[in-house]
Amino acid sequence: MNFEIIAAAWPMFAKGVWITLHLTVLALAVGFVIALPAALSLHQKGRFHRVWGAYVYVFRGTPLLVQTYLIYYGLSQFDWVRSSYLWGAPAFLGDSWLAGVWPSLKSAWWCALIAFSLNSGAYQAEILRGGLSVVPKGEIEGAKSLGLNPSQVTRLVLLPSALRRALPQYGNEIVFMLHGSVVASVITIQDILGAGRTLNARHYVAYEGFLTAAALYMAITFAVVWAFRQVERRYLRHLNIRPVRTKGAQAPGLAGIGGVALR
Amino acid sequence: MSDAGGAPPASGIQRGLRLEQLFAYAPLLGRGALVTIEVALLSLVVATVLGGMGAIAKLAGAMAPRAAAGVYTTIVRGVPDLVLILLIYFGGQRLVNDIGRGLGLDYVEVSKFWAGVAAIGFIYGAYLTETFRGAYLSVPRGQAEAAYALGLNRGQTLWLVTLPQLLRHALPGYGNVWMVLVKSTAVVSVIGLEDLVGLADKAGKSTREPFLFFVAVILVYLAITAVSGWALRRVDARVSRGIAA
Repeated sequence: MNFEIIAAAWPMFAKGVWITLHLTVLALAVGFVIALPAALSLHQKGRFHRVWGAYVYVFRGTPLLVQTYLIYYGLSQFDWVRSSYLWGAPAFLGDSWLAGVWPSLKSAWWCALIAFSLNSGAYQAEILRGGLSVVPKGEIEGAKSLGLNPSQVTRLVLLPSALRRALPQYGNEIVFMLHGSVVASVITIQDILGAGRTLNARHYVAYEGFLTAAALYMAITFAVVWAFRQVERRYLRHLNIRPVRTKGAQAPGLAGIGGVALR
Repeated sequence: MSDAGGAPPASGIQRGLRLEQLFAYAPLLGRGALVTIEVALLSLVVATVLGGMGAIAKLAGAMAPRAAAGVYTTIVRGVPDLVLILLIYFGGQRLVNDIGRGLGLDYVEVSKFWAGVAAIGFIYGAYLTETFRGAYLSVPRGQAEAAYALGLNRGQTLWLVTLPQLLRHALPGYGNVWMVLVKSTAVVSVIGLEDLVGLADKAGKSTREPFLFFVAVILVYLAITAVSGWALRRVDARVSRGIAA
């Protein structure tokens, strides 16, 4: 191990940490926006529940790497994509800030974000649907008997309750999205793993870059797991739910390691 | 030309997806799919062995094996799969050759296939450790005690009483690991293994039809998932026989 080259490359890794966190957080946020209507529709057998079901099935059933390739390499083969605003900002925006943040399929970063968001949206939809299905009937009936209308019941009672119950799986999803975001490095983005690969290539070494990346991912993972433990302690007090960690006992669907189960 | 229906062939080439490319490459993709399935099945074997060892270490081991199993599962849950695969492939390559040079051996090329199998097996072995451990713990103690009372020895008790029940408890988790493992095999294409994803990537680049080929890959993965789901339900029905649903 050559610690000098790692120390010399720390600005690159710091930038990598920022890109990884940035991508992960944005993908989770956009994924949540997708997952909310999806989960509600799936739970209430809404008009489009079959469409949402197909979306969730396809994105949960295929590798994130392939989804990312499909969007990054796949969409660019179509002339109509390349000649549309999907490819670049309209000319009249010129050099304005809007042109700078325009979601362009030409950019690896946007493609990664789109792929990660769609992927996480599907997993979050399933998590939320699970949360919705375990909200006790009595809570809904109680809300109705207080005179709340259907949208109020959903907004004020059903969703908050479901979100709380889904907290442990949510912690998992965050970790998996963080780990899934390494796919970004495959399409040239300089995230944590990208920095590690660059370091290895530059100095022709085999361990240093990957081990540094591994250590950084591990540190972030356990920070997230720890933070979620605090959040769960706060918000699941009334349910007395002890997710996974209790010795031996396994909550259904949560068979996993410590705070991290497979999604 | 596959685009019948009166459209001039030229426009079909320009705009439409050229499905005949897919047919031309079908044997290649089939070979890739086979590599993917081989990697997945062999990794599952490695993972099962490691998971079994890990579970035994955690359940019955002395301090040292239990600590080793703890380190193992902690590393795996903290580090993304691709990082571990790259580390095992490139790091392993370097390690093998450093040792080889010390022994005066020639340069050895580590197999991408086996590096992928080792890495994925290593990762999912950690998850199976927890699956098996949890399954063992959910078999009531009274079952083994009753078996001892009937005069069965330790081996018989394990083989005839605990293990069959353990299988039933482990199966949902095992099936889940398999489903995630299959998808995880996609990343071995990053080290250059010509699996389904790697070959589809090449075919897509040389025909300039990446969309077509990646959609085909997605359909193959969905087919594998669907078949696995069906098989798992069959096995589940078998190991749960005699238990009310």
